[in-house]
Amino acid sequence: MTTEQASPPPGQSLAAADFVNDEASASLGESLRAYRDRLRGGDMGALPAALGLVVLFIVFAALRPDSFTSPLNIANLMTQASAISVLAMGLIPVLLLGEIDLSAGVTGGVAAGFTAVQIDRHGSSWVLAVLIGLAVGAAVGLVVGVLVAKLGIPSFVVTLAFFLGLQGVTLKLIGLGGTIPVRDDVLRAITIKSMPVTMGWIVVIVLLAAYGALLMWRQSRLAAKNLQRPPTSLLLVKFVALAVIMLIATAVLSQNRSRVPTFVIAGIPYAVFVVGALLIFWTFIFGRTGYGRHIYAVGGNTEAARRAGINVDRLKVSAFVICSSMAAISGIITASYDGKVSPGSGGGNVLLYAVGAAVIGGTSLFGGKGLIRDAVIGGLVIATIDNGLGLLNQAAYINYIITGSVLLLAASVDAISRRRRSATGT
Amino acid sequence: MTEPLLELRGVNKSFGAVQVLHDVNFKVYPGQVTALVGDNGAGKSTLVKTIAGIYRADSGEFFFEGKPVTIHGPKDAGALGIEVVYQDLALCDNLDIVQNMFLGREAHTAGFLLDELTMEDRARQTLASLSVRTVKSVRQSVSSLSGGQRQTVAIAKAVLWNSRVVLLDEPTAALGVAQTRQVLDLVRRLADNGLGVVLISHNMVDVLEVSDRITALFLGRVAADIKASETNHSQIVELITAGRSGDIGISAATADQSA
Repeated sequence: MTTEQASPPPGQSLAAADFVNDEASASLGESLRAYRDRLRGGDMGALPAALGLVVLFIVFAALRPDSFTSPLNIANLMTQASAISVLAMGLIPVLLLGEIDLSAGVTGGVAAGFTAVQIDRHGSSWVLAVLIGLAVGAAVGLVVGVLVAKLGIPSFVVTLAFFLGLQGVTLKLIGLGGTIPVRDDVLRAITIKSMPVTMGWIVVIVLLAAYGALLMWRQSRLAAKNLQRPPTSLLLVKFVALAVIMLIATAVLSQNRSRVPTFVIAGIPYAVFVVGALLIFWTFIFGRTGYGRHIYAVGGNTEAARRAGINVDRLKVSAFVICSSMAAISGIITASYDGKVSPGSGGGNVLLYAVGAAVIGGTSLFGGKGLIRDAVIGGLVIATIDNGLGLLNQAAYINYIITGSVLLLAASVDAISRRRRSATGT
Repeated sequence: MTEPLLELRGVNKSFGAVQVLHDVNFKVYPGQVTALVGDNGAGKSTLVKTIAGIYRADSGEFFFEGKPVTIHGPKDAGALGIEVVYQDLALCDNLDIVQNMFLGREAHTAGFLLDELTMEDRARQTLASLSVRTVKSVRQSVSSLSGGQRQTVAIAKAVLWNSRVVLLDEPTAALGVAQTRQVLDLVRRLADNGLGVVLISHNMVDVLEVSDRITALFLGRVAADIKASETNHSQIVELITAGRSGDIGISAATADQSA
């Protein structure tokens, strides 16, 4: 150990000797120590959310052993989480820039309204209707983004205005007191139907195998060039943990959860696959492309990004377009779950839940820090609280207070860890 | 003497009614450190930003390797190989060293995938070529670096692109003794590698130690362009504060007129 750490003797070849810690793959122990140092330095990532999820599961399972852990409820919980997670995923690029979109929830409501109207009143196919919904979402994001980036109005104010204004649009679209039913089989299937059990297992195992192969391929490429890489043992531990969680979830969801003996409900709800596909897609965009890198850069230091030749305004607009388009998808998932779009769709606590999900998952409200997966982990936490409290038959006010407190707690953790990071410089 | 790498002739720049640069002539030679000194408000930053293409000169000529060129924006300056390291360094704390060095100019495979292998490799080669020994890992987050290390990363970022001229805006202003030493060594090595280096500094000891030529600005005019070996501390201070020292510098009449 000590010989590895020692500084190279003078005159020795620099490239070989300088970056000692890069050259060899760090040991598992070293990686764990580095991780502990990161935690102490305030960089908690998704750890609080993951631990919180475990605690919530234990608490609710203890309080409601019959209902909470039943396959029916788990499937229900995941479906509930999907709309929150999708909206939170959309918010992440906006949060990474240090901006906020308060209108994302109602944007989803408006987009779902246009989709439902298109099917219900004009008899369109679901494909066209969904495309129209997405276009509405994208258009809202474009206007918000231009107002924020080009006119320089704080995003807080622009999106607060849209939060109010868009509810009026939904109201006009639907009509006072009315609702628009969503009866399209495909759209309804997103949340009420599940993938056949065998097919579900195949998809999960193929995904796991592909992910494992990707990890191995990347590790071997880094090793071939002798670049910095995590220890293979750590990757293995992470992969096994992920595989165990996914396989257990699949096993639970593959059980028959029907209350009626005459027909069978089993398999992974399609909504989970929608979330999974979006998670993979956006993780790839924000982790592996220059676009994603630039979003992080703008969130970290806007002036540095500008000087590096990055078009900051265009990036801001694009982030709001992504956010509103994802909000449209989230709104359509919610409409599928409810079977209708009502004037209040996307209002109320929808946005609060999504922001809460992103922040609980470890995304910073100060910009520059966060991962797409935070939205999914945080979305599960929020949905678990919502679902578990529902099973406890608590009054609605308790639900609001607890969820609000959790959001405040997560934001406090974010603020404190930021202070620690700037204090310790890690 | 060899041909200047970059030469400015008769550059004027005004902001509204205020003329900040008066007929400035400025030369940067390859393999030399040219110090740009002057009091606050003498026009150092304006001159640097004009060279970098952030400001456009009102009049005057630019020559690069003897050929007349025009610099309309930062992209033009970058295309010529002119890089500026600003005092605030312009690093993203949330990104690591490699990511910062390639910011805005990422290497790609298949057109859109970030090529992390190539970037990490080149970042390491660049740091090694500058004999940077202090950085533990090129995948460290920049927020975990010391002031001197951050300066080093910012300079390495500037020279990564086969740049020809590097302008350093007060690179040692916020550093301690040991870190100042590291950065000055690095500045010298840049010049020894054949680059034209412009060093802006208020520290006359640093300037005399590391530079080959000194250009002193006084109220937007070039007071003197002299060899570092032919001058001394007090003479530079006089040039900075009064615009003239003995028989060199701008005439008393011109100095009064400017003031």
